[in-house]
Formats: sequence, structure tokens, C-alpha cells
Amino acid sequence: MSATKGWSRQQMADRIAREFQDGWIVNLGVGLPTLCSNTDIGGREVIYHSENGVIGYGPIAGPGEEDLNLVNAGGQNVTLKPGAAVVHHADSFAIIRSGRIDATVMGAYEVACNGDFANWKVAGAKGGGIGGAMDLAACARRVFIVLEHTTRDGRPRLVARCTLPVTARGVVTLAATNLGLFEPAGEAFRVRDLAPGVTLEEVRAATGCPVLA
Amino acid sequence: MSLRNKVVASFAEAVRDIPDGATIGFGGFAMPGTPFNLIRALAEQGARNLTLVANTTGGAQQPRMPDIALLVERGRVRKVICAFTAATRASDVLPFTKYYEAGEVEAELVPQGTLAERLRAAGAGIPAFYTPTAVGTELAEGRETRVINGREYLLEYALPLDYAFVRARRADAFGNLRYWRSQRNFNPVMAMAARVTIAEVDEEILPVGALDPDDIHTPGIFVHRVVKVPPPPEGLWPQKRLERNR
Repeated sequence: MSATKGWSRQQMADRIAREFQDGWIVNLGVGLPTLCSNTDIGGREVIYHSENGVIGYGPIAGPGEEDLNLVNAGGQNVTLKPGAAVVHHADSFAIIRSGRIDATVMGAYEVACNGDFANWKVAGAKGGGIGGAMDLAACARRVFIVLEHTTRDGRPRLVARCTLPVTARGVVTLAATNLGLFEPAGEAFRVRDLAPGVTLEEVRAATGCPVLA
Repeated sequence: MSLRNKVVASFAEAVRDIPDGATIGFGGFAMPGTPFNLIRALAEQGARNLTLVANTTGGAQQPRMPDIALLVERGRVRKVICAFTAATRASDVLPFTKYYEAGEVEAELVPQGTLAERLRAAGAGIPAFYTPTAVGTELAEGRETRVINGREYLLEYALPLDYAFVRARRADAFGNLRYWRSQRNFNPVMAMAARVTIAEVDEEILPVGALDPDDIHTPGIFVHRVVKVPPPPEGLWPQKRLERNR
């Protein structure tokens, strides 16, 4: 099955962003999760927290409008919304560790149906890129993962148990893929939503563990 | 009696006494707050066998800036302590990777919040603390954990520095510092963790008393030398990175 069947990357991010509730403090990871900030979530107001201590950032700055000393976690020059605040790194992670982040959205290589996930080290690598992922994964109130349902060579990324070193155990709230939205339910994933045109049978064929309707 | 004047005339003078084997911390997250001028001066000074503490191993900026990857490439580094020892995207290869995989440099990989708190603890007289971060992961294998109020925590030790290099927007001659926007990042905790903190400063250094006491982010008691960054091309400023698809 094609890895691009179902939702586009933006639609995967949209599906996660629609879970955000009014007043939530949300941390978006680098890459695909950043697309959540493009989603129209109606009148709901969300405060975006960036691990480098920027609380309440807005859209990417337009050409010529950039402040080179103001970036989000991905190094993009962002803007500040009214009411924004800047803190240092220890305070930024105090906010994370003390449970004040309502949701974190991250990419991953693998998500397991027991709620474990892996996103910091690939097979055979000596180094890894943890950044703030382990702090966020262990301490945010909800951990949302966005990832392609399968690898480029067709192997499932939704699995029974992670084969790569985990970022945190038993923490994943929801995982959005190009095929749908899934909830870890112990020994299986439960379907919360299917992308248009995707069948349960197709999901089961592309998943490394049982999938409940 | 007056407060000590900590203004130093050049970057070379500011880093002259750094010995081989020193442990040095660097502020900076992406471009903002990175003390590029002090790093370049240290590369020219030549100290070796260094242990470097920073968020990343550097070298990700295009065009390249003199971040800590420069010190690695010049063979000055024994060990790095960072939250990234590989690129965020597995397909990107950093300059550091070659030296690390060849066994020429050691690395300790630390979650970013744990890194910040280990520095803060060092500056706050706290020898160790427990954190929920990294429990159940490869990083916690064989290490001390403790269950407190029903939750498992990992013991982490303070990370004291010999030197810290920081970058601020504004300073007075006593070394009181004020940052601009996300320039702040790791700089305050690097400054407090170090025995000697050296600050490079964007604006003209102000006389003592010119900064409002309520507007100071890092007090001068944590800062030992301040150097004004001259205008480009002599002084290095943040510059716009090439846009990449993310």
C-alpha cells in the first residue's frame, strides 16, 4: 500500500490540532507537528510553548520582518502574540516538568499499542537527538504523535512493542497517521477515525499489532 | 568604593587564561544567544582536551558559523555534553558525527530539560535532584531511581562548569546582563553554573547604574568579564540562515 494513501501531512496535523481545547498550552515539535499551527480550530485560543522559553509565539515572521533573536524550537523566526512571555531554559522546562503543558505533539519512528514510542535514535546510530522530547514525553498531560503509518519500504510504524530505544513508556494519548487517528489500548490500537477512502482491513494490513474498530 | 569594572578590550584577552582540560558551557539555541565571537577566539587561542557543554554539537547552520563544531573540527575537544549528538532529522549529517563515530570525541547525551536543570542546580548549590525525565529509557539503565509519592524518578547530578560563554543584548560594566527575546535560552543557567563567566554583548557597555535593577536577567555576581561585540565584519552577529523545508 502507498504510504501516501489517506490524509496528507497537513491533514494529519489538522486531525491532531482539532483535539486542542480552548486555553490549552501546547508544545509543537520540529517538522510535521509544526503544521498544527496552520489549522483553523475556530474560536479556540491555544498558547504555543517553545522549549527555548518562548511562550505565546505566533505565525512565522514575514520576509524582512524577522527578529533574528526570536526563534521557535525549529529555529524558525516567529512572531510574538499579545501576552507572550520569554523565560530561560530552566524555567521553560520547569513549565514542562511540572505538568503545565496540556499537550505535546511530536513526530516518531515507532509508536507501540502499550503507549511507548521512539523518536530519538535510529538503528545503528551512535548518537541521538533527544532535545526536549524526553522531558515533554514524560511530563506533558497528553502526548500526541504524528507519523506516516508505514516506513518507506512498507514496514509498520504502529507496532506491538518498539524495536528502537524508547523516548518514554506508556505515555502516548493518540497517534495520527495518513490512515487515521489511533489510540493505544494495551495490546491493540483502537480506531478513533479513518481517513477518507481507507478501510479497517487496509489499516490492519499496515499495522504491526491488532487494531480494534 | 566602586563596583569592579569587568570590561575586557578584546575576545582574545577574555579567553587567554583558559587552560587545557577545562569544562566550558555555551549559551545559545539555534542562532540566538550563541557566543560566536568568544568561540572563534577560543579556537584561535588553542586550548585542548576540552569538555564542552551546549544544547547541540553545532555545525547545522548554513552558511557555517563558528559554533562548537569548529572546536571539534580543530581537534580541541575531548568530550561534549549535549541534548543532541545527532541531527534532529536522521537524514542530516552533522560535522560532529564523523569525529564521534571515529572515536575521537566522547559524548554524553542528556535530555534538554535535565541539562538545563543540572546547570541550574550547579549554580544553586544543589548537588543532585530527581526528575521523571528519561525513566524507563536506555539513558536510565543501571542508574539510581527512586519512587516518590508513587512515581519513579531518576537521580541526576549537578553539572558545574569552569567557564561559561554567554551572549546578551545589554550589559553594564559590572556584568549585569539583559537578553533580547529567545537570546536568553541557556545563557542564565550557564552563567550561574560557572566559576568564570565571560559575556559578549551586542550593545555599548553601559556605566554601572544605567540598568534598572528590576530589569536585569543575569546579575553581575555571576559574570566576570564582558566584551562588546564590534560591528561586522569584525564582530559576528546572528545572520539569517538559509531557509530549508521543514
